[in-house]
Amino acid sequence: MATVIEDVGKKTIDHLNYVGSLNIQLLATLRAMKSALPFVGNRYRWKASVQQMLQIGVDAMPMVSLMAICTGFILAMQGASELRRFGALHYVIDLVAVGFTRELGPLITAIAVSGRSGSSFAAEIGTMKVTEELDSLRVMALEPIEFVLAPKYLAALITVPCLTVVCNVFGIVAGGLFMFFSTRLAPLLYFRSVLDSIVLSDVITGLIKSVAFATIIAHVGCLEGFRVRGGPDAVGRSTTSAVVKSTFLVIVADAVFTAIFYFTGKS
Amino acid sequence: MAIVSIRNLVVEYDGRRVLDGLNLDIQSGETMVLLGGSGCGKSTLLRHILGLERPNSGSISVKGTDITRCTPAELKKVRRSIGVAFQSAALFNSLTVQDNVALTLREHTALAPSIIDLVVWMKLAVVGLADSGRRFPQELSGGMKKRAAVARALALDPEVLVFDEPSAGLDPIVAAELDELILLLKEAFHMTIIVVTHELPSAFRIADRIAMLYNGAFSAVGTMDQIRSSGNPHVRQFLDRVPDNMAQAPAIAAHFKQYLQSQEPTQ
Repeated sequence: MATVIEDVGKKTIDHLNYVGSLNIQLLATLRAMKSALPFVGNRYRWKASVQQMLQIGVDAMPMVSLMAICTGFILAMQGASELRRFGALHYVIDLVAVGFTRELGPLITAIAVSGRSGSSFAAEIGTMKVTEELDSLRVMALEPIEFVLAPKYLAALITVPCLTVVCNVFGIVAGGLFMFFSTRLAPLLYFRSVLDSIVLSDVITGLIKSVAFATIIAHVGCLEGFRVRGGPDAVGRSTTSAVVKSTFLVIVADAVFTAIFYFTGKS
Repeated sequence: MAIVSIRNLVVEYDGRRVLDGLNLDIQSGETMVLLGGSGCGKSTLLRHILGLERPNSGSISVKGTDITRCTPAELKKVRRSIGVAFQSAALFNSLTVQDNVALTLREHTALAPSIIDLVVWMKLAVVGLADSGRRFPQELSGGMKKRAAVARALALDPEVLVFDEPSAGLDPIVAAELDELILLLKEAFHMTIIVVTHELPSAFRIADRIAMLYNGAFSAVGTMDQIRSSGNPHVRQFLDRVPDNMAQAPAIAAHFKQYLQSQEPTQ
């Protein structure tokens, strides 16, 4: 019994330690972010940020678009099969439009970015740690948080909301295609109905979520990289851990934000 | 005058004492070789001299600043006067060799890009890589990588140059070339050079003084002649290449015989 309590206590302390480390890293990154900004910051850091934006955002667009189209079709078909029985097929439009802007757009984007970029951050930083590159940065009087993390975080903060908008658009277009082929609903009429069914707060809450998800993905990925101890096998483990932990935390954060928006009447 | 001064340095990992009350003065302009077998604590000592880790007790002063207690800003200032060539070279693989060398110049100086290019070319020429600036680290041989790391370490004209296992993984000819480069740098720039190694020929070629580490403590500190004539049993064991635990051949043979007998199929 004592062992069980000890294990639970140890795990709790480990988790609190992890969350604490994430928060400390977030604060340090926010302090270092100025250096990654254009005009006021270091131009090499901004260049690195733009390069990261291409990797996190532009390179992920085909994947996110395809995932959004598939999910849009799935949501429309599943919704239609039930709503048709009640003669409420037109509610599929609301389901797809509201579902994507509030929930699925940010979530699908976060899962895609977590799998692509979160793992890549952990692998890159973990490898830098194993090959002493992080140490060499420190002895060159350069801070790894500023040099490595700040550009990645800035890039994620900009690209993840942009990708979310792209995801929303493709998901809603997929719903429109389904409605066109199943009910011959004119595309113009579909998009007019979409605009009627969503309000600005739906889009804003979705974008707020996407900023939070970007923060989680960037920081969990980088923290896992910084915590690498040992050799290449540890880098592999950190990559897996980055994806698992960031996906888990994204879903937890999604639940928290949805509850907040629900109880404050924002959704 | 001592440029690096170590006093009563104690380092423990998980209750295990790795460095046990070390005292050492490294004089300005001398080449000090930290010699010792694997696991004796020489790399740990080096990491503490570079301020990458904090000791449990004791102090390390570099140019009069106690780096175990100074502020991060003071530590950065000290680090700008130290150049480090890591064991794995630790070059940034995403940057060309010339960008690796230019990194600290771009970050810490206000030099014009054309001047930086000139300085980078000069540093690469010193180490014999003037024609390899546009190549990426992964396109270089092991010896070239180490020389590129030396060029990067020289970028800010440091007062102290640190080498971590410069000969590790190199063939004897390339290792000898690197030794000659260290001697050349000392003669040309009058730098204080600290070298961590376990290679005896290299140590006796480049050292002004040698500090011999054994089990986290200095077993001997002195000139090459003093070390060669030392009667300390640990120094003699290292210099005479006497194995620690001689393999007991008869005992091993008996063990194998017993094992094979136990594996024989029953008749």
